[in-house]
Amino acid sequence: MIATEKTIEEKGWDVGRIREDFPVLGQTVNGKPLVYLDNAASAQVPRIVIERGAKYLREEHSNIHRGVHYLSQRATSAYEGAREKVKRFINAREARECVFVRGVTEGVNLVMHGYGRKLVGEGDEIVVSEMEHHSNLVPWQMLCEEKGARLRVLPMNDAGELILDEFDALLNERTKLVCVGHVSNSLGTINPVKEIVARAHKQGVPVLVDGAQGAPHLKVDVQDLDCDFYAISGHKMFAPTGSGVLYGKAELLEKMNPFLGGGSMIRTVTFERSTYAAIPDKFEAGTPAIASAIGLGAAIDYLNSIDREAAHAHERELLRYATEKLSGIEGVRIIGTAREKASVLGFVIDEVHPHDVGTILDQEGIAIRAGHHCAQPVMQHFGVPATARASFAFYNTKEEVERLAAAVEKVIEVFA
Amino acid sequence: MSELSELYQQVILDHNKKPRNFQKLEGANRVSEGFNPLCGDQLTVYMLMDEGVVRDLSFVGTGCAISKAAASMMTQAVKGKTREEAQVLFDEFHRMVTGELDEEAEENHLGRLTIFAGVRDYPARVKCASLPWHTMHAALEGEETATTENLGPDLTQAAVSE
Repeated sequence: MIATEKTIEEKGWDVGRIREDFPVLGQTVNGKPLVYLDNAASAQVPRIVIERGAKYLREEHSNIHRGVHYLSQRATSAYEGAREKVKRFINAREARECVFVRGVTEGVNLVMHGYGRKLVGEGDEIVVSEMEHHSNLVPWQMLCEEKGARLRVLPMNDAGELILDEFDALLNERTKLVCVGHVSNSLGTINPVKEIVARAHKQGVPVLVDGAQGAPHLKVDVQDLDCDFYAISGHKMFAPTGSGVLYGKAELLEKMNPFLGGGSMIRTVTFERSTYAAIPDKFEAGTPAIASAIGLGAAIDYLNSIDREAAHAHERELLRYATEKLSGIEGVRIIGTAREKASVLGFVIDEVHPHDVGTILDQEGIAIRAGHHCAQPVMQHFGVPATARASFAFYNTKEEVERLAAAVEKVIEVFA
Repeated sequence: MSELSELYQQVILDHNKKPRNFQKLEGANRVSEGFNPLCGDQLTVYMLMDEGVVRDLSFVGTGCAISKAAASMMTQAVKGKTREEAQVLFDEFHRMVTGELDEEAEENHLGRLTIFAGVRDYPARVKCASLPWHTMHAALEGEETATTENLGPDLTQAAVSE
């Protein structure tokens, strides 16, 4: 173990240094140093993001896109600057392909309303995967119910890997959209989205990728993936809540209906009729979460300032180590054993409900998630009501993995 | 924050491992289902109500140790009680786990159920202990579904499906 840690440090990953960037990590919980392993729910925010948001509120706060005055221009330029950063971060062709939304849920609902309600009709089909988060499942069920369309499910195997062999057979001339997560939030599986996109495109079907767990753990290149939509939640990638992005290919966004109606999204309004603004404004009705969007820009600056490859290697090593430690404890079963995984570790303990695991770990100062992770069909697949989930970020340490393992042993002791 | 051992007392662990009245009740004339949509916990409470008395009570379902033990001990406590007595227990249990009833200072009928008092120090777990009681209460009222969904932080608003 020590040798491996050394190797990483030699490559330039100094986790102690990195932790200093995250003020929240320095506290104690229930008298013990906080071990934050709930990153897949919300990742922590580095100091430069906090300071950027505070600077906006202190010096620049104003409404955007409508003021001729100084502050409004500064706010607008910071907000649009953040959009430009997002564009480069995911390698979109143009900034106008990046629509600011509250998060993935809003992004998917935007596509459901703007694309789905316009272009999906009775008898048409939408394909989702079996491991989707409810945010990339429920909107499509709602659409199918409204339109009389059919929801089809790409299944997974017991390791939590999509069965791609069954994918082609799900596609036909009625298929209007394929919706798949880049990384499963409950299992950690990294899905072969590039391959899925290529196969869907062969049949002329566009693909929406839920990137909530992809963006924090993988290098995202939407042009390389060639996906048609890619949705991101800022709070899962070290930015404040209320920030998120829906990337869409310009030609698709242009032919879609608007989502919310109101200010900012119009060109002209009369009582007879309104015409809509060009993208992305067409989809950004009302005053957006300006401070959060600027914070997302700062989070991207932060990610660009660190060695992301070393960060991801460190996360992989934490996952490997945690998997080894927990698998070694009798009574622990890992849920999600795909070959390609991001640093998300779902597990269950024999005869102990995950909520009890969560409470006991919390007493040890360890934050994990316990529940169905907004993926009830995944729980049904594995025949469990819920799982415990530890999810790691690049600021976590091997000592924290050891504290997790010790606390899991304590749970077993309490319930023995 | 109380000690962990106050939450996971031996009695609770025992009821979790060997829940009492944990089966479908043949001949039940009230059946009620409870859900906690936040965590996916689910239970069904079966009640045989006769002339205003809960003659028999049982449950099945999945949930954490707290909810399972709460359900198990509830069936023991409520069995044989009149509708009014069951209502009183429901109210008192509620007030205890939400911190509104000091079971040591104030008169109450909770008896052994006071071992759940520690739950009030774990706000995230209050719903676990309450769900079986809400579900039983729905059966008492002749309703079919209980949920912790609409309760919000103040769980004292009695019946869930109201």
